[in-house]
Amino acid sequence: MAERIDDETIAYVSILAKLELSSEEKEQAKKDMGRMLDYIDKLNELDTEGVEPMSHVFPAQNVFREDVVTNGDGSESTLMNVPARKDNMFVVPKTFE
Amino acid sequence: MELLSLSAVELGAAIREGRTTAVEAVEAVFARIEKLEGTLHCYITLDKKRALDNAVRVQKKIEAKELQGPLAGVPVAMKDNLSTEGMLTTCASKILKNYIPSYSAQAVLQLEKAGAILIGKTNMDEFAMGSTTETSAYGVTRNPHNPEHVPGGSSGGSAAAVAAGECFFALGSDTGGSVRQPASYCGVVGMKPTYGTVSRYGLVAYGSSLDQIGPLCKNVEDCAAVMEIIAAFDEKDSTQIARKDTDFTSALIRDVKGMRIGIPRAYMGENPQARMGKNPEIYREKSAQGLDTEVRDAVWKAAELLRSQGAVVEEFDLDLVEYAIPAYYTIASAEASSNLERFDGVKYGLRAQAQGLHQMYKKTRSQGFGPEVKRRIMLGSYVLSSGYYDAYYLKALRVKAMLKQAFDRAFAAYDCILGPVAPSTAPKLGESLSDPIKMYLGDIYTIAVNLAGLPGISIPCGMDGKGLPIGLQLIGDCFQEKKLLRAAYTYEQRRNELLVGEG
Repeated sequence: MAERIDDETIAYVSILAKLELSSEEKEQAKKDMGRMLDYIDKLNELDTEGVEPMSHVFPAQNVFREDVVTNGDGSESTLMNVPARKDNMFVVPKTFE
Repeated sequence: MELLSLSAVELGAAIREGRTTAVEAVEAVFARIEKLEGTLHCYITLDKKRALDNAVRVQKKIEAKELQGPLAGVPVAMKDNLSTEGMLTTCASKILKNYIPSYSAQAVLQLEKAGAILIGKTNMDEFAMGSTTETSAYGVTRNPHNPEHVPGGSSGGSAAAVAAGECFFALGSDTGGSVRQPASYCGVVGMKPTYGTVSRYGLVAYGSSLDQIGPLCKNVEDCAAVMEIIAAFDEKDSTQIARKDTDFTSALIRDVKGMRIGIPRAYMGENPQARMGKNPEIYREKSAQGLDTEVRDAVWKAAELLRSQGAVVEEFDLDLVEYAIPAYYTIASAEASSNLERFDGVKYGLRAQAQGLHQMYKKTRSQGFGPEVKRRIMLGSYVLSSGYYDAYYLKALRVKAMLKQAFDRAFAAYDCILGPVAPSTAPKLGESLSDPIKMYLGDIYTIAVNLAGLPGISIPCGMDGKGLPIGLQLIGDCFQEKKLLRAAYTYEQRRNELLVGEG
C-alpha cells in the first residue's frame, strides 16, 4: 500500500513533538507510525456511534480544597537542578533579538 | 537465621522481636547486591550510606516502640520513576541523568514513615515505555532465573531485585502491565491496584489516566501489607479516591468456597481437559493470542487448584479483548506526548547547547530521549493533532468506554477473572525490540485492566521447561482488591503445600 505517512506529516509532527529527527530517524518514524496506525485502524471495526468518550474511569468531578499555604518557600530547592541560573531565576537562551 | 530467605513481613517481625536488626538486614541485602549486581544490574542508583544511617535511626525507634508497623526496618527498592528526595531519579532516561528531586513521592514517604529503608532506585524501561527493561539508557537488567533472558518491564529492575534477594520488596508502576508482567517473568507477586488507590504524587507521569503504583513482593502477605501502607489518602493527587477499605491484610483468608471465577475463552483457548482424543497439532493452532502451551497448561492447573478449594470456575466470553491493545497505545501515547512536554531543558535535567530557545528545546529532547520514547511521543502528537483527534484519540476513548462496559457485564457474574499474565515466559535479551508491534501484542492480558481502571495481581504458578517462571493473573472489579488477595492467598498457600508434598 501507499505510504501512509509522508515527509510533510513527519515534519509537522516533529514540530508538535519538539523533536529534531535525523534523516534516518525520519524514515524509521514513517515506517513505525504507518504500521501503528494501520494497526490502530482495527478500532474502526467497532461501531461507537452514541458512545461517550471515557477519559477517566470514575466520574471526574472538580476536586476542591481550601486555598491555604501549607508549604514554605521552595525556591532554592526548585532551583537546585537548574541547568543555568542567575540570582533567583532560570536562564534560557535568547527568545528574540 | 538466613535473613534473605525471610519475607518482608517475617523480617519485620524478626526485627521487632529482637532476633535481628534493621542494620543487619541492610548489610545482608548489600552483601547480596555486591555478589549479584555485576551480573543482574537491577539498580541504577544504590546508596548504602544513606540506607545504613536510616537503619540505625529506625532501629532506635523500633527499640523505643515508636515504630511498630509490619515493615519497620525492612529494606525496600523504588523504581526510578518514583521521586526520592536527595536521591537521583532518572526514569532510566538520559534527559534526567542528573536530576535529584527536592521532594519524595507520596508512596515513598508513606513507606519511609512506616520505617521501611530505601536502599536504591531500580532499572526500568525509559519513562516506563517498554516490556523488557531494554529501553533503559543505563543498560539492561538480567532475569535472576536465567541471565540470558529479560526480567520483563517496565518495572524489570524492581521485579529482578525482589527475585534475587537484592531487596525485600519494591515498588513499581503499572500503566499497561508494568508491575504484573515483570512479576510474572521473575516469579514474584505483583499487584496493580484500582486506579486512584495509591497517590501518584511524585510518580513521573507517563499515561496519567492509566498509571498506578504497585508493590512487587515475595508473597501475597507482603503484598497486602505494602498495599495497606501505600494506599493512604493524599490530597495532593486529585484523582485519588478516599477509600475506607484499605485494611488489605484482613483479606489474607484461606477460603474461596463459592467464589465465582470466570476464565475468558479468548484468553485461554480451549480447556486441555476438553481436548482428549483431539489431534494435538490442530489443537496447538487454536491456542488463543499466541499463548504458549506451557503457560496455558500452568494457568489451567492453577484454575483447577482453585476449583479444588471450592471456587466455582467457569469459562465465559469477554467481549472486545482484541481492541484493548490498539485503544491502549492510542491513549497512552497521547498522554505520554503531553506529559513529556515538560522535559525541555529549562528547569532540570539535560540541556543541549543551541542558539535560541526553540532550538534548545528540540536539541535537548532529541538528544535526551531514546527511540521508544520518541516513537510514542510522535504517535501521540499525531493522534492528538487537529484533523486526527476525533478519528483516533476520541475513537479510542469510546472503545475504552465499551471495554469498561464489557468488564461490568463480566463482574456482574464473577468475583474474579482468571488468566495468564503474558502469552509466554521471559524472552531472551535482544529478541523483542526489533518489532515494536510484536512487543506490544505481548501486553494483551494486562492492558485492558488499566483501561478499565481495575485491580490485578500476578502470582507465580509454575515453571516452563527452561526453568523460567510462569505467572497467573487474577483481575477484580474496581475496589475489589480484597477478593483478589483472598483468592491469591488461598492459591499460594495450597500450592506451597503441594510443592512441599511433591518434594
